[in-house]
Amino acid sequence: MSPETEAAPNRMRWVILLVVTGVVLAGTGLYAVMAFQRLQESSAALPSVIVTSGGGTLPDGQYLLFRNTAAGQGYGMAGTVPLADPTGARSLSTVPCDRVYSTGSGFMCLATERGMVTRFDAALLGGSYQRLQDWSLKGIPSRTRSSGDGSLVATTVFVTGHSYAAAGFSTDTVITHVGGGMAPDNLEDFALMVNGQQVTAADRNLWGVTFVPGEPDAFYATAASSGRLWLVRGSISRRTLTAVADGVECPSVSPDGTRVAFKTNVSSGLTPQWRVAVLDLATGTRVTLGEERNVDDQVEWLDDQTLLYGLPREGEPGDSDVWSLPAKAGGAPAVFLEHAWSPSVVR
Amino acid sequence: MYISMSDRQGGRKSTVEESQGTPAPPFRLSPAILWLGVVSMATDISSESVAAVLPLYITGFLGLSVIAFGVIDGINQGASALVRIAAGWASDRAGRPKAVAMAGYCLSLVARIGFLFAGGFWSIAAVVTGDRIGKGIRTAPRDALITTAAQPEHLARHFGVHRLLDNIGAAAGPLIAFVILMLMPNGYGTVFVVSLAFAAIGVAALVLVVPDLRTGRPIRRQSRVKKARAVEPGVLREPALEARRRRIPAIRWSMFREPGLGRLLVASAVLGVLTVGDGFIYLVLQNKDQFAVQWFPLLYVGTNVVFLLLAVPMGRLADTWGKGKVFLAGHVALLACYFLAAAPAMGLTGTLGCLVLLGAFYAATDGVLSAFASQLTPQHKLATGIGAAQTVVALSRVLSSTLFGVLWFVVGASLAMVIVGCLLAVAVPASYFILRNARYQGTAA
Repeated sequence: MSPETEAAPNRMRWVILLVVTGVVLAGTGLYAVMAFQRLQESSAALPSVIVTSGGGTLPDGQYLLFRNTAAGQGYGMAGTVPLADPTGARSLSTVPCDRVYSTGSGFMCLATERGMVTRFDAALLGGSYQRLQDWSLKGIPSRTRSSGDGSLVATTVFVTGHSYAAAGFSTDTVITHVGGGMAPDNLEDFALMVNGQQVTAADRNLWGVTFVPGEPDAFYATAASSGRLWLVRGSISRRTLTAVADGVECPSVSPDGTRVAFKTNVSSGLTPQWRVAVLDLATGTRVTLGEERNVDDQVEWLDDQTLLYGLPREGEPGDSDVWSLPAKAGGAPAVFLEHAWSPSVVR
Repeated sequence: MYISMSDRQGGRKSTVEESQGTPAPPFRLSPAILWLGVVSMATDISSESVAAVLPLYITGFLGLSVIAFGVIDGINQGASALVRIAAGWASDRAGRPKAVAMAGYCLSLVARIGFLFAGGFWSIAAVVTGDRIGKGIRTAPRDALITTAAQPEHLARHFGVHRLLDNIGAAAGPLIAFVILMLMPNGYGTVFVVSLAFAAIGVAALVLVVPDLRTGRPIRRQSRVKKARAVEPGVLREPALEARRRRIPAIRWSMFREPGLGRLLVASAVLGVLTVGDGFIYLVLQNKDQFAVQWFPLLYVGTNVVFLLLAVPMGRLADTWGKGKVFLAGHVALLACYFLAAAPAMGLTGTLGCLVLLGAFYAATDGVLSAFASQLTPQHKLATGIGAAQTVVALSRVLSSTLFGVLWFVVGASLAMVIVGCLLAVAVPASYFILRNARYQGTAA
């Protein structure tokens, strides 16, 4: 070893490093403590929206189930508001959820479990918010839906690996049979048929299940392979997915079962730009609706004429609003419920 | 100077100095390497804490799509790989690896500041790119510094010490980030500030206490020359060396035709193409084991813990047994990991076994490759040589991810693993024959 490598840095440099490290760590610690206190204050603060008491059970009658994103107590919790008066007082539970969907008597809740490692799970909750059933998810919650009678629930998650691009991007979509002893169905195990040919490529990605009202065996979903996208009609008993249309993502069947609302990418660039559109299943005609913003959500039907979806709030990360939009060309979007996400209509 | 992986001296030693028959001097950790390790540890805490929360931040908090980030990252990996060799060359040209490494660390530091303000897709993409390029810039000159500061007889062990500290940071980073998110559900801002703090501490330590070692300096060169002469007089002559030192080293094919380095690059490329990214392995494990589903982020931390535990032992082994042998043995561990991952469900045992094998693979190949490459490169081209090896590995792994993605797509996960495993089983012995005569004789310029 040469004398050069032995040359120890002089004492002054050590002192400076020590001081720099101390100052940086102290500053960071201070920032963290302040952020923590701010959070404590804001989560202890009264909600920024009007909240009614009686959040211990799901309400009777028609209501909207959603994830509350209003700052203050109850941020991130599942909440409800009567459909008749969505701008009125909301009822908040103590169940944190990233996405919710009603199963009729209860609801599905996909949540991020924060801990020494972050995990994700799905839970089925009953009418008084009690946990009936839960299981682990493979990634970040994206979509969840339930069949009309609540016997089937579907979940879609992003599987991202340990970092944002460890193994590219994929989704994992599973239909779970509630209560019964049947094993969950992973849609990747279903046969994907396009124009009568089976697509066996292993890069098939499936997401965004919607169940067809009145047909317990049928559902729609999105399938993708080699850069192409299809609306597929699925059969649980036959374990098949049959392509019925192109370029349809995150379908949502209307309550009368005649149409599918979906998002469609209108950008050819790297960042997708999704517009909301409606497809008539009988005629195949599709109409792109009058929402100019980028909608990345699985649309929900308020009734046979109106759609609901969430949009992030401009300039306020972590907050979002639920918007409504007439399901016909040229309709203008309007705020339906502020500070909310993942709307689910309970009729 | 003669370096070979074959057992030429009674099966004991294979590095230059040891082949002279003189006993190796006792291991003495250079303070420069210890401090480089501390710099890397702080920097890894910084980068891995952000990497761990980024998917959640992008999708859950900002409400952006992750798909396009995969595309961006693919481009970045390619760019970062190319930057490595360029940074190595710049470092050799200036003769000051510390200055070039500093540029890389500082670029990542600037990217960390960017995270505090980035909110949209393109701003995050720019910040992530800056971080990746910074990592690409700093790696080769840093490893050249390690080589210059280390005792040649204990080169791989010194790399092992550096990688040990480096991976303490890589394992701690995600845990720190998750603890912050546990205490503050939307505390991404705090994660970014903590990340920035560790990046700043890393840069401060680099600036203040890591000695500004010059590569290709006469004082360092002479000790090597004397040793080299003792082995093979006449091979490396002082005047030739002087002439070479004065010339600005350029990236030439002739360099890669050097008997040693060229062979190492070929072997690394072949093995690199057959090295499936750990992301894929984790996905395969997830399909078989519920534990892997529940504790997915722990797979990455677990691999890093095994890596850091084995980094120094593998380095010692590489110094005594031969760097090439340990490098290949690491790939045998990877091969075992493939077959274990492809085997029918083995539950927790299979998952843990895979993590141990994967960690052992990294411990046996990461630092050892740099040590091996620097041993096969003349001193005044050190960073270029190390950078070339790293570029080859990085590019071949990008190619590997693409090819494996296609294979996965055609035949499914388990069969794809088995196919790559079989190819690797052929490539390892082939690499043995390629590397068997890998040596630096100091003749080619």
